[in-house]
Amino acid sequence: MARFKKDKSGEMPAISTASMPDIIFMLLFFFMVTTTMREVTLKVKVKPPVATEVQKLEKKSLVSFIYIGPPTQSKIYGTESRIQLNDSFRTVNDIAEFIYNERETRPEADRGLLTTSLKVDKDVKMGVVTDVKQELRKVGAFKINYSTRRKAPKAE
Amino acid sequence: MARKVPEINAGSMADISFLLLIFFLVTTTMDVDSGIVRRLPPPPDPTAETPDVKQRNVFNVLVNKSDRLFVESRWGDISTLRNEAKEFLSNPQNREDLPEKRMENIPGLGEFPVSKGIISLKNDRGTSYDMYIQVQNELTAAVNELRDELSRQKFGVKFADLRSQMDIDAIQAAVPMSISEAEPENIGGGK
Repeated sequence: MARFKKDKSGEMPAISTASMPDIIFMLLFFFMVTTTMREVTLKVKVKPPVATEVQKLEKKSLVSFIYIGPPTQSKIYGTESRIQLNDSFRTVNDIAEFIYNERETRPEADRGLLTTSLKVDKDVKMGVVTDVKQELRKVGAFKINYSTRRKAPKAE
Repeated sequence: MARKVPEINAGSMADISFLLLIFFLVTTTMDVDSGIVRRLPPPPDPTAETPDVKQRNVFNVLVNKSDRLFVESRWGDISTLRNEAKEFLSNPQNREDLPEKRMENIPGLGEFPVSKGIISLKNDRGTSYDMYIQVQNELTAAVNELRDELSRQKFGVKFADLRSQMDIDAIQAAVPMSISEAEPENIGGGK
């Protein structure tokens, strides 16, 4: 018959770390699935405003981003709000070309669904944003998304 | 008897996977892209005349360069804007000074009075983006709350919880997102 024997030695048995790689791999896969690769290096500071009525951007591959905000290296570029397309500072006049290029890289069937996400710092003045919007209207990129952070709705 | 194959030491596996994990943590971002979705109107046709819209059907919201609100010719406040917009769009008592309604046949709802009201938003070039988003947010919230109310009344669930595309389309047609932004430097122009 089985008998419970008391370990007389009193030493703690070493905890097996054999499953450690599995745990870490699980974490790794979790992060790989839930996060996205950083595509551009931000040269402007973007602190989006908060809003309650936000919708998620659905197809990530069909979104092109326009960043507007004060440059991060204010010693070199000053503090005036700048527009960043891909990896460099651009002006409003470059937006049309940027949108055409973005359309070129997408499959033809999806071009109508292309959304432009405006990632704008909350302290930027509307003048720049209005210019960008006018430019987008000219090239027919009508679907836009004002990037905002979600704020918990007020309790009523 | 087959020769015993020596086991590969897997002790460093954890280190390798830790390294990978840290690499992914550093190079990826967690933020989900979310925001307020809008559809820009096509560029104005210079030959087209501005459509004649009755004064009672337009809800004017102006934001000046110091982020003050001017709602329907009065100083407004961001905290009351949502309810004002809701009252304007729904016009529950069918008041004379609030927008007209037209009966429309919506599949799934039948004859339904759809408001002809349009919210016209105009901002200054000096308005801060933060304020602009707050105003957009309140106006969107007004429409969303009206949609929720109607959806609850007709289908018993919130608008966001509707599953059938036909119901969604019906509610969207009954409470249209009629927020129009004025053309810059052109008061009252555009749709």
